[in-house]
Amino acid sequence: MRLGERAFGILLTFCIMAVFWVLLSGIFDTFHLISGLVCCAIVAIISHDLLVKGKSAKKLLKSLRLAIYIPWELWQIVLANIDVAYRVLHPRMPIDPLIIEFETTLRGEFSLLTLANSITLTPGTITILVEPERGKFWVHAIAKEPADALLVDQTMQRKVAHVFMET
Amino acid sequence: MITIFWVTILLIAITMGLSLYRAVAGPGVFNRVAAVNIIGTKTIVLLVVMGYYFERPYFSDIALLYAMINFIGTLVFAKYLERGELWS
Amino acid sequence: MVIVNIVVTALLGAGVFFTLVGSIGLLRFPDFYTRLHATGKCDTLGGGLIILGAMIYHFFQYPETLLVPAKLAFLILFIFIANPTATHAIMKAAYKTGVEPWRMGEERR
Repeated sequence: MRLGERAFGILLTFCIMAVFWVLLSGIFDTFHLISGLVCCAIVAIISHDLLVKGKSAKKLLKSLRLAIYIPWELWQIVLANIDVAYRVLHPRMPIDPLIIEFETTLRGEFSLLTLANSITLTPGTITILVEPERGKFWVHAIAKEPADALLVDQTMQRKVAHVFMET
Repeated sequence: MITIFWVTILLIAITMGLSLYRAVAGPGVFNRVAAVNIIGTKTIVLLVVMGYYFERPYFSDIALLYAMINFIGTLVFAKYLERGELWS
Repeated sequence: MVIVNIVVTALLGAGVFFTLVGSIGLLRFPDFYTRLHATGKCDTLGGGLIILGAMIYHFFQYPETLLVPAKLAFLILFIFIANPTATHAIMKAAYKTGVEPWRMGEERR
């Protein structure tokens, strides 16, 4: 890794660790703050490449788009739970499970993680397997309508590709 | 307000008892692992509400710690069941 | 103070309702994969709503310590990321070991 990317990785890890130290301890006198900064610096220098893989540009724009994507996902979580509650409390229990598979154009690590998490949290589908080389997903759906919303409409794949600029 | 917390604690304990039936009688090992994971998640919520019931709101540290322990435990168990060993 | 009591009671009631529905689904569904659908989604949101209600109660009852709501906010974020990941991990282990999914018209397992 070049020097600019290493410095950025060390600085970001140091800031995150310092925020956690101040949050979890709650004591604000000089001794604890200085010892906290020393510990965060040691941790950041030793293992900074586990947290930040600084390879692509335009991180600020991606973070802003991610912050806009999150309220839509929270609304989908509420819809998913109302759907599951309807299927559980109905006296006839209308379920018809099936397993589907599809391919996407996403290749980066973080975008595949976001898409798999979103599929698990939206109505009626759970991710089973992810293959990172070809972007293939195996998904277990609980009825026909959520499976169609994932295969035919492809709303979520387009939104995630827009957030990460089609990684 | 304190009685509302007491009713919440009672209802969460009843749901933990319902999940315990699936942990005992589920056919096979995967049903039991899923039920134990759910009981762990409900324990975290129960700890937070109990802190407010006893008027000592500092139980949330223990809840944060147990959330991480439960998550790592379930992941290690799933990895062992998939491969048959932990280190290859 | 009455408005705060009503909002906290509504949030706690909704959270307990979703947790109960998830637990009933764990008993009622006929197969392992469908049981994970019920618990993996309902338990996440139910727990999140209950902790959110406790956070709002803390703002108005103990207004001098603001560090505890920050820890509770981090706990909600952690639950929203960790529960679907654990569900996916155990479902992948079951699929690769060869547990068969259930079609409509078979008997319970």
